[in-house]
This record gives sequence, C-alpha cells and structure tokens, in this order.
Amino acid sequence: MIANLGYGALVITLVAAIYGVAAAIYGVRRDAPAWVDSARNAMLLTFPLLTLSAVSIILLLVNGNYEVEYVASVTSNSMPTYLKITALWGGQSGSLVFWTWLMSAFASAVTLRKWDRDREFLPWVIVVSLATLAFFLVMIVFFENPFERIWSIPMGQPIVAMFPPAGAELLVQPDGRGLNPLLRHPGMIIHPPMLYLGFVAFVIPYAFAIAALVTGRTDDRWIRITRRWTLVAWLFLSLGLILGGRWAYDVLGWGGYWGWDPVEIAAFMPWLTGTAFLHSVMIQEKRGMLKHWNMVLIILTYDLVIFGTFLTRSGVLSSVHAFAQSAIGPLFFFFIGLTFIVSLSLLLYRWNDLKGESHLTSLFSREALFLLNNLLFIGILVICFWGVIFPLISELATGQKVTVGPPFYERATGPLFAGLLLLMGIAPLAAWRHSTAKTLGRAMWKPFIASLVVLGIVLIAGIRQPAALLAFWLCAFVISVTLYEFWRGALARHRKSDESLPLALWRLIGRNRRRYGGYVIHLGVVLMAIGIIGIEVFQTETQGTIAQGESISLGKYAITYDSLANFDTNDGRNVARAVVTVYKNGDAVGELYPRRDYYYESQQPMTIPGVRSTWEDDFYVLLVDWQPVSTIGATFKIYHNPLVNWLWIGGLVFILGTMIAAWPDKDPDTSRVRVSRKNYTAAKA
Amino acid sequence: MKRNFVAILSVLVLALVFISSGTAQSDLPGTPTDDEVNVIAKQLYCPVCENIPLDVCGTQACAQWRELIREKLAQGWTEVQIKNYFVEQYGDRVLATPPARGLNWLIYIIPPLAILAGLYILFRAFQAWKRPVPQFDQDLPAPETNTDQYAAQLEEQLRNR
Repeated sequence: MIANLGYGALVITLVAAIYGVAAAIYGVRRDAPAWVDSARNAMLLTFPLLTLSAVSIILLLVNGNYEVEYVASVTSNSMPTYLKITALWGGQSGSLVFWTWLMSAFASAVTLRKWDRDREFLPWVIVVSLATLAFFLVMIVFFENPFERIWSIPMGQPIVAMFPPAGAELLVQPDGRGLNPLLRHPGMIIHPPMLYLGFVAFVIPYAFAIAALVTGRTDDRWIRITRRWTLVAWLFLSLGLILGGRWAYDVLGWGGYWGWDPVEIAAFMPWLTGTAFLHSVMIQEKRGMLKHWNMVLIILTYDLVIFGTFLTRSGVLSSVHAFAQSAIGPLFFFFIGLTFIVSLSLLLYRWNDLKGESHLTSLFSREALFLLNNLLFIGILVICFWGVIFPLISELATGQKVTVGPPFYERATGPLFAGLLLLMGIAPLAAWRHSTAKTLGRAMWKPFIASLVVLGIVLIAGIRQPAALLAFWLCAFVISVTLYEFWRGALARHRKSDESLPLALWRLIGRNRRRYGGYVIHLGVVLMAIGIIGIEVFQTETQGTIAQGESISLGKYAITYDSLANFDTNDGRNVARAVVTVYKNGDAVGELYPRRDYYYESQQPMTIPGVRSTWEDDFYVLLVDWQPVSTIGATFKIYHNPLVNWLWIGGLVFILGTMIAAWPDKDPDTSRVRVSRKNYTAAKA
Repeated sequence: MKRNFVAILSVLVLALVFISSGTAQSDLPGTPTDDEVNVIAKQLYCPVCENIPLDVCGTQACAQWRELIREKLAQGWTEVQIKNYFVEQYGDRVLATPPARGLNWLIYIIPPLAILAGLYILFRAFQAWKRPVPQFDQDLPAPETNTDQYAAQLEEQLRNR
C-alpha cells in the first residue's frame, strides 16, 4: 500500500514536470500568462508529491518492510532508527529520490519568493528546473525504482518488480542485508544531504543563466538575482566536502582526510568551477566584462553537478564510494551531453549580445588577478577531470586499467594551490581598473614584512623543508594581508566618523558582507592550509606488533598495550577493542581505544581509530591485527598528524565567512515591488 | 620556431615535474619490519579493492600481499624489483600512478599543455584588452598616502557594491 502510494506520487510528479515544461514554453511563446502560471503551479505541486514519496520510503525503511527490495538492501533489524531514516540516501534509488526532493524544494522556493520581480526569467527557470527534475524522475520511475518489491513465483527464483507477475506472491523476509558499514556513522546524517544540497542549489543559478540567454536579457541582472543562491549552493557544497573529509578521517582508518578518490573528486570539481564563478562574476558586476566566461563557468558547474551524481551513481568508476552501481550510466551521459550542447548553442546564439562593456587596463588590477585565479582553478579542474577519466580511456584503448592515485594529483595540483594562496594575498590589495606594481608594492609592504617575521620564527623553530617554508610563508602572507584589510578599513571609518574601532569594524563588515565575508573565508582557507601542510609534510607513522605491557614509540609519543576485549553487540557487530596508554615525553597523558568492528551481515570489517586530539597535533592509533588466543599480542599502526586540527577549525571559519557573505541584505528590489504594489492598491482605492 | 621550442621545453619540464617521484630505497638486511614493508605497500594499490593503498587495506588478500613483500625483502629484493614483480603479476593498475610510457604519457602531458594553453589565451586577452591608463584614478591609493581619500573611496565602494 505505502509502496504503491510512493510510486504513484513519483509517476504523477513526472507527469507534472513534463506538463510544466511544455506549459511554460507554450505560455511564453504564445504570450499567455495563464499557461505560465499553470506551469508554476505544476512546479509547486512537485514538492508535496515528492515529499509524499520520500516519506513513503522512510516509512517502509523504519517499519522494516523487507518485501521492498530497496529496504532489504539498505536496512536490517539491528540498525538504529536514525540510520534507517538516513538509509533514504544510503542506496542508489533512494538517494535519487532524495536528490529530486531537494531539487523540487529549491525550485519551488525560487518561484514562490520573487514571482513578481523576476517574471521575465522565471518561466525559463521553471523549464530548466523541471526538465532536470523530469530527467531524474524518468531514471527513478523506469530504471531505479525504490518501491520495487520481491515476488516469489511458483517455479524459479524470486523476481524484483513493481507489480506482481502472474501467480506471484509477496516474499516477506524477516530481515534485510543492512547498510554498508562505511555508512553507519553519525556523519551519514549530515554529509550526503549537505553535498546534495550544494549540488541541487547550483541548478538555480544555471537555470537563471539559461533564462538570461533565452530571453536575451544578457546584462548582469541574472547574476545579481542569483548571487545569494550561488553562495548558498557553494556553502552547502563546501560544508559537504569538509564533513566528508572529517568522516574519512574518523572512519576509513588511513590516517587521512582526503584520498583523491574519484567520488571525492566528483564532488570537488563543481566546487572548483563554482569558486571560479563566484570570483569571476564580481568582474562582470564591477566592470561589465567576462560575460561569456561567466556563462561558461555556470554551464560547466551544472554539468559537473550532473557528472558528479553520475560518477557516484552509475558505477562507471569503481572506488571506495561505489557502493551503488547500476546501468543508468548511458542515460546520465546522454543528459550531460544534451544539456552541454544546448547550453553552448544558446551561448553562441547570444555571443554578440554578451560583448564586454569595458576593457582591462592593467595587469596588476584586481580583475586581472581574478582572471589568473580563474585560470588556476580551471587548471586544477583539468587535472582532476583528466585524472578521473584517464583510467577509462586507458581501459578502452589498451584494455588495461591504470590507477591514477594521490601522488599524481598532489604533484600536479600542489603548485597551483600555492599560486592560489599567493593570489589570495595579492588580489585584495589590488584596486579595480588600474593598479601598478608601484601602488601594489606600497599597499603590500607592511603585510609582506609581517609575513617575513613569521617565516623567521618558523625557521628558528627548526623547520627546514623548502616546501613547508614556502607554504608557511604564503599562509602568513595571506593572513597578514587579510587582517591588514580589516584594520585599514576599520581605521579609516574610525577616523572619519569617530566610531570606536570595534564598532567601526563591525559596521564595516555589515556594510559589505560579501567583501569582508570573503576575507573571513580566505582566513578559513589559510587555517585549513596549515592543517594540510601539517599532515602532508610532517605526518609520521609506524607499525608494530607488541605483547601486553610492551610499547611502541613514535617521536615524542609512545603507547603501551594494556588489554583487548572481544565481544558481540546488539547491532550485529563483533568488536575487538584494545586499550592502550598514551605517553608523551615519558608522561602518561591518557588512554585510547582503537577497535576493529566486524559486521556479520555484510562480512565487512571496519577499523575505528583511537585519537588523542590537541591544538598541536593528533595522535591516531589503529588496531591492525591481534592474536585470537587471549591477548598475547596485537599489531598497532600509529600516526602522528601535526597541526591537523587546524584543518577542521579552518573549515568552521570558512563556513562562518560564507554565512557572513550570504547573509540576506535588505532587498531594494523587493522593497520597490512592495512600494509599487502599495501605491497601486492605494490608487485603486 | 624559437617560441615553439620554448613551449615544447616548458611542457617537457612540467611533465617531468609531474612524473618525478621522491621514493626512497629501503632494503635493509635482517627481518623486515612492518614499517619497511609499508614503505613499499604504500606505493602499491590493492589489485582487488580498487583505489585503496596496500598498506591500509584491511582485506585478507592484502594482508597476504604485505607478507609477500616482507618475504621478498627478506630475500634481498629491492623496492624496484618488488614493484616490478607486482606489476608483472597484476598489471600497471597496482602502481599509484601510471608508468610514463605509451598512451600513459597523455596523463602527464595533457594537464600542463592545457594550463599553458590557458596562460597563452590569458596573455593574448591581456594584450587585446589593455588600453592606455586613464588620466584619473578612482581606485584606492595606498593607505598611508592619503587616509581621508582612502576613507572616502572606501565609502564610495561600499555604496556601489
């Protein structure tokens, strides 16, 4: 019953989406507002329908309706309720429904909020949003239906189908196969939804860009309308990436936060183009330049979002994330190709209307430096994209698959990331339009000297690796420049208006949240960079087998193996949990409990580290192996990760900065609409 | 011609940077320790569980492969010999990066080529766009030159954001 209800809602949503696309196009072409309003209503209808469908899946998951194949594949009786609910996005078909539900929520919000103001664009925004939604719904309804049930037939193997084959009966199973152990983590509650929110929210600026191209409204109107949407999309995507890193650090048991896995890269690529876009649109807003380029960037971001979903969901690339594989790859490939070609065709059609309004006047101007920043982001994108698809090309051409692993990405992107840090230090001090080496030098010398002082301190601390010295200097330079920008802005306000310095700083930030929120983001990036330098350059590790009471040491740390307990849990695990005492410089500083969880249902082991975290470093202990007979000996792998916590602290600062930048202003357009409405009503009265 | 030569040289230099490897030899005498095994295992990828380095892979097969590395080290094999052995047995996919030969050159050549092409396009665009510097300058001077002017222009920028 619930399965039929959920499936029925999906089918009706698909019909509504297709109708909405057709009605919006017809309404615009025939200048019939009633049809456009009808398309909007179809758009708004998709949200409650998809909510009904998503709630149906959750009910089936929580009730343990194992006759539904999806439920049997991602849940089991032993799973806690919160994991049963999050199993909505724990498998392929459920996560596609979740994707469409979020997409529908965003698109509905757009049409609800500013219908009067953006009426010129909105029919086409509806077309793009609903066409995207319809594509995903076609995949769900016809290929990846989460409501399909398992039927037993008199002769032969059980069949998975939506409706009963002749003579078949529902196969009611007592238990399911359970969720992939990698996903049984509190991070499951928040990491996938954040990534998906980031993905779907980027559809909105893309939809407005296409609307601008179709309508010929090629000024920066669409950019101003979607400025906040883009920032919100970017916020969620960034948050998703950071949370994914933290999850990997806690769960995957390799002592790292980022493995350059194809699926991680798939989520990173739209972030790269999105970040380039966020910088590049400022040039269009300030100087009326780069209109073509901004279109290219948002088209790329949209298709990389679809590509990202495709990589995760199609199973075309096997990776640690490829828990969900199916045959929907060709459809995704077709859709990406189609949208890319149509978007580029529209861009070419409007090419002459998108000519820049002004020219670059100086190589040291902020716009020139932003362009360089765009080049570096796109360079990193090319490396990532090429690294992800090269194994497929190799397999197609030679029949032999190759691995493109972290060493490739680290060596190739390292210099580009360093270049981005340098630009983060220079660009805020460069002026728009015209800036010379001399004016830039005059603005820069104070922070530059401050960064050299920090470099001196780093040298005195005994650090000699050239890469680390360069990286630390770059971080010091960016921090100095950013703080200097806050300082000189606040000081100028303080002198002019007699406001106290803290008040002047507060009001300065309030007056231009995008600019100063951006600077806070820069500070967050630098703090994250410090964490990354710590783990990449200074990480040390050792592994050894020790008997009870024996020790292994690593630098100033040591562990002593105290005991090991092996027991079964109620949720279907066998746990081997070691107790080790940690010593720092010979003094006991606490106990850690590294463990190995073995999941009976999936026959998969999970290595959960014991971690001692401080501002200075992480001491990360893994239980690799142990002797089953009592506790004769156990093998531990130990990592010392200096500075790594600055990665997470930087992540928080980064998110805070994005929230400052995206915080809503009083919208002058809305006020204008309200005032005109009020006047209209008054005149009518 | 000279320009072409410089371009080709740049690509080759960048490609060499991309493929240069900083691995260290480790073939100490005696029973190899876990750390010595992991130095090599870290550079190899599990042939079964894709995209997981051999030193952190938790499967039984990978534990056996690590033991194999230990045996080979005990027999006096060098790091290169052990890596070659794994490549012969399981193919190039066990290496963390594709060996620089044949089609694999593309992985090292394409990114630097694309970046150089981007730089070239940017350089040409700069040349095309660059116009004489205007007589008046509306932008921010260095703060110490004229604080009042800086404050006024900052206000102006905030108004026009």
